[in-house]
Amino acid sequence: MSIPLEKASTLVAAGDVRNRDWYIDKLFHSFMFICGISAVIFVLGIFVFVFKEGSGFIIHQLDWAEFFLSPKWRPTSAIQASYGTLAMVAGTAAVTLISMAVALPFSFGAAIFIAEFARGKTREWLKVVIELLAAIPSVVWGFIGLMIMNPLIIDIFDVPIGLNVLNSGIILGLMAAPIITSIAEDAFKAVPDTYREAAEALGATKWQVIYKVVLPAAKNGLLSAALLGVGRAFGETMAVLMASGHALTIPGSVFDSIRALTATIAAELGETPVGSDHYQALFAIGIFLFSITFIINMTADLIVRGIKNQ
Amino acid sequence: MKMKPIATIAAVSLLSLVSTGWSASMIQNKGSDTLVNVAQALAEEYQKVKPEVAIAVTGGGSGTGIAALLNGTVDIANSSRQIEQKEVKLAEKNNIHPKELTIGFDALGVFVHKSNPLKEISLAQLARMYGDGGDVNNWKQLGVEVPGCKGQKIILISRQNNSGTYEYFREAVLHKKDFIMGTRDMHGSKDVVDLVGKTPCAIGYSGMAYADETTKMLAIKKEDSSAAVVPSMETAVDKTYPIARPLFMYTNGEPTGEIKAYLDWIMAKDGQCLVSKKGYAPAKPVPCK
Repeated sequence: MSIPLEKASTLVAAGDVRNRDWYIDKLFHSFMFICGISAVIFVLGIFVFVFKEGSGFIIHQLDWAEFFLSPKWRPTSAIQASYGTLAMVAGTAAVTLISMAVALPFSFGAAIFIAEFARGKTREWLKVVIELLAAIPSVVWGFIGLMIMNPLIIDIFDVPIGLNVLNSGIILGLMAAPIITSIAEDAFKAVPDTYREAAEALGATKWQVIYKVVLPAAKNGLLSAALLGVGRAFGETMAVLMASGHALTIPGSVFDSIRALTATIAAELGETPVGSDHYQALFAIGIFLFSITFIINMTADLIVRGIKNQ
Repeated sequence: MKMKPIATIAAVSLLSLVSTGWSASMIQNKGSDTLVNVAQALAEEYQKVKPEVAIAVTGGGSGTGIAALLNGTVDIANSSRQIEQKEVKLAEKNNIHPKELTIGFDALGVFVHKSNPLKEISLAQLARMYGDGGDVNNWKQLGVEVPGCKGQKIILISRQNNSGTYEYFREAVLHKKDFIMGTRDMHGSKDVVDLVGKTPCAIGYSGMAYADETTKMLAIKKEDSSAAVVPSMETAVDKTYPIARPLFMYTNGEPTGEIKAYLDWIMAKDGQCLVSKKGYAPAKPVPCK
């Protein structure tokens, strides 16, 4: 009963019958594999495309000092085209700052309530509503900013125009809140119950447990939640375009209109001749944005990984 | 409402594709977004006059239309600005000779909130508001007090920097100089009027066709000393209104055959009346009912 080695392997292969089920199995296997790697392919594709369109300008024409330090964005000027993004960067940063000031207290409060206080039905109900908030399209938020918040801000604060940093900051804060809430809630849930039990056994009140034990233990998770919120606010386009006033100014107060980096691309790319300097400059902004959000998301991700490895 | 004609045109174009050799002819018409509504209306109306000629209308902007003409993919390019010298050069290289036809005028209205007591403004005053380094930023400097406007600050509303309207305003009012920083740049003619209507401090420019009851249009003085002219169909046609821009259709060389017939129809009474019905001034005075 001695079978040569090759024969043995063919026998094993024969045991692995190639019937219909085998083919279906293989088919689904490769289908799932394609789905699995598609995200990677798409990200790489976008990366290559954006860099290809903008690289010519960056290499040959871009005046780095002007790009980062001049507030003058005049790509179609008849006298001297200039491609400064300082005003847009300042505007985007101001809006992001305000949006976080709006979103963080709300979302962390909501997350604490859902994770530590709410039980049963209330908890489920709250989670559904918060997810619903995340499902509102950004153009609808922009519409609320334009049609409802604009006259409201003019009335309440007695300012000349309501399309400003405050308006878009509030809108973006509300948009970022659901994401921050759900990630913060996960962070709270990741704190082992034994910590809470130990604190309670020592006679701590509910508030003391949260303040002294749960919050410090969840702090990395909360930081990454906040960073993802920042990324969301920074990259949001339609709502800011509609609610910010779209004006090239370095804001001096929350009542100044500003223009966001993203909104500039959205407003101008459609009617710009393909391949022109203006077109490529818009892609350069895209690369700039891509790098910023990439760094923010990477940092958030590394922080989350940091928690898991603890 | 808007889908139906497109569907019809699509169906017709499909038909003409299927039945090659059939006598139906197809005119490709593309370009300016300012003109797209009126071009669509003209094409629909022409269908009733000459059902055997199909006209496919698409927008995309003046630049897009002219680029398509240079590539030889359209028969008629719509444009709200004159063809540029470098585009003409590019055309000659492709052995295409753009021929210009003015089909009407778009009077640019200067809009303020309806509660603003100001009635007229000169081009020089506008330039001092909108131009780079401009020094007029308060309504009091124009001798008016706007009710409901905090601090009487002038809120300037403009368009995104690659729109034809923006370009025309820069040319006609600012004499090609740059805009001042900090104008609110809206993305559409209607958005400008909407925002002005909601903001007592605001001033903006947009096509006359977009006028509504929340805003009013100012009469324009060409020189500080000249008489103010109210924007209207008549003043745009007789060219007394200083900021009316011509709307063009470009063809490759002198139009012939069906294209010539179509353009002739546009320039005749029916076509011109349709242009004026859409809120633009016709190329020449025509009696319409």
